[in-house]
Amino acid sequence: MSKRQRDEAQIPIVLSVLGILAVVFFVLPLVALAIRVPWSSLFDALGNDATVEALVLSVVTSLVTTSLAVILGVPLAWLLARSTMPGRQIVRGLCTLSMVLPPVVAGVALLASLGRRGVVGQVLDDWFGLRLPFTMPAVIIAQLFVAMPFLVLTVESGFARASTNVEDAARTLGASPWYVFSRVTLPATRPAIVAGAVLTWARALGEFGATITFAGNFPGATRTLPIATYLALETNVDDALLISMLMVILSLIILVALRGRWVGAIGGVR
Amino acid sequence: MTLSVDVRRRIGSTKLDVAFTVEAGETVAVVGPNGAGKTSLLRTIAGLSAADEGQVTWSGSAWDDAASGAFVPPEQRPVSYVFQDHALIPHLNVLNNVAFGLRARGVRRRVAREQALVALNMVGGLELADRMPSELSGGESQSVAIARALVAEPELMLFDEPFAALDASARAHARRLFSSTKDTSRAQILVTHDAVDALTLADRIIALESGSIVQVGTPSELLATPRSHFVAEILGFNPLSGELHGDQLSMGAMSLTVGAHEVPDGNVIAIIRPRSVSLHRVRPEGSPRNVWSTSIEAVDRTSDRVRVQLGAPFQIAVEVTPAGFEALAIDVGEDLWASVKASEIAVHPA
Repeated sequence: MSKRQRDEAQIPIVLSVLGILAVVFFVLPLVALAIRVPWSSLFDALGNDATVEALVLSVVTSLVTTSLAVILGVPLAWLLARSTMPGRQIVRGLCTLSMVLPPVVAGVALLASLGRRGVVGQVLDDWFGLRLPFTMPAVIIAQLFVAMPFLVLTVESGFARASTNVEDAARTLGASPWYVFSRVTLPATRPAIVAGAVLTWARALGEFGATITFAGNFPGATRTLPIATYLALETNVDDALLISMLMVILSLIILVALRGRWVGAIGGVR
Repeated sequence: MTLSVDVRRRIGSTKLDVAFTVEAGETVAVVGPNGAGKTSLLRTIAGLSAADEGQVTWSGSAWDDAASGAFVPPEQRPVSYVFQDHALIPHLNVLNNVAFGLRARGVRRRVAREQALVALNMVGGLELADRMPSELSGGESQSVAIARALVAEPELMLFDEPFAALDASARAHARRLFSSTKDTSRAQILVTHDAVDALTLADRIIALESGSIVQVGTPSELLATPRSHFVAEILGFNPLSGELHGDQLSMGAMSLTVGAHEVPDGNVIAIIRPRSVSLHRVRPEGSPRNVWSTSIEAVDRTSDRVRVQLGAPFQIAVEVTPAGFEALAIDVGEDLWASVKASEIAVHPA
């Protein structure tokens, strides 16, 4: 037997078979998609105004969502990892519940709070004439609500792993708490922040249920790529296949660009 | 400049309850077993934790006063803290680690780097400047940690087990480095569980057990009237009284050669670790300069190592492995040769 064969002889056969089955399960739909996509009309699809509109909307909203998630989520993760406030576990549960909630339910909850007749939405409408539902900000709010927990959890574990000894040493060397956070803790947590941002972005880009429930389906304002794909499926299957392929390619580019870095940070290897 | 500590703090099941002072120019060793509260004491002095009761003052001004609520945060105390794991900032190279304290206090980058290079040079680590902390050996990393602590010119330096994580050769260098950081304008507190380090490096020793001080005194006072478990342990380290002339230690008719030291001639206490003495059936050839003929008075096999009590001329205890002892094939009352390397004998002024 070759060296490789002898090495692989150490792996239990049951694990090998099941593992390979899982690989097939993941690869098959992608291969099928690639086979069925009408590649010849790829450029036609890119020339289709409605598709481009949805693509731009998706990219812009998901990037805004990711930025907001970092701005709000990193401080929240820090509070969860480092503060000694009572009820920390409960706060963590409440802030990450939307991650496991059915997205439609998340959308209904957003309607109940920020909808025109919502608890806060009604006040916004009465006092400022501000109506969030069916606008682009509503898309971002829906994405943020379901996607930010990915960042919070990833960054929290990053903060928990950063050495408090190093931070204490920095304090005794004359650094204020803010200086320690920005110059010592934050750089040490950067891989986790990048990982969390990528997960958040991916979740935001794919967001469907909460968006269509809370933000609706208005071309140019709230019709994102996933919604456009779903609608196309009922009228023009080729368009649906093309948009899907577009999203696969977009995701692959990000995955390849960040390979190693973020996968390691999520697994805690770094 | 005087550090005055009079604090009580609950740490888990231990209650830290200590009162002592340290003067500028003085090095005080805090010794005691694990869990005695040594590190918690340092953290309280540095301001990383607050006292439950009592106060920490520096030349009359309160750093921490539980009664009035006064508290000076760590970055505003003129204190440097050398951590046991050195706590270098992993994403900064050595130079930027050393410059960190100056940068944090607002010193301009170029000036901070120049001063950092001076400090690195003082610890003999100039060539490390561009390396990352992960590329340093334990000894190098500690030199950098000491340079980083020195660069801000602290009035009080705290060392937490500075020699514990180092191998033997790095330890010798670290001890010299530690001695070189002594300064008449600076107070130093050294936490250690190593009796010999405390005896040879400190002006005064505080023995801590279960959060309370069991004895305070100069090394020779502690040796003369041991009052704690720790000090009793020192006696296990074979203290010998003698007179030092250069590298020769005379005790009556006998004399031993001692290793490099900075102790002036005169009466000294020499300490020989039980494990550093070798036993031989016949006179050993070659390197050890300190060889003498002796006899076995008692053998104790109750622990994992065999403890052999030697007779005249030096009534000291020696520890050898059971296998090593069997190989000697020797027993109580018989004569044998003992040897010890000069570098294994530590001396301290009596």
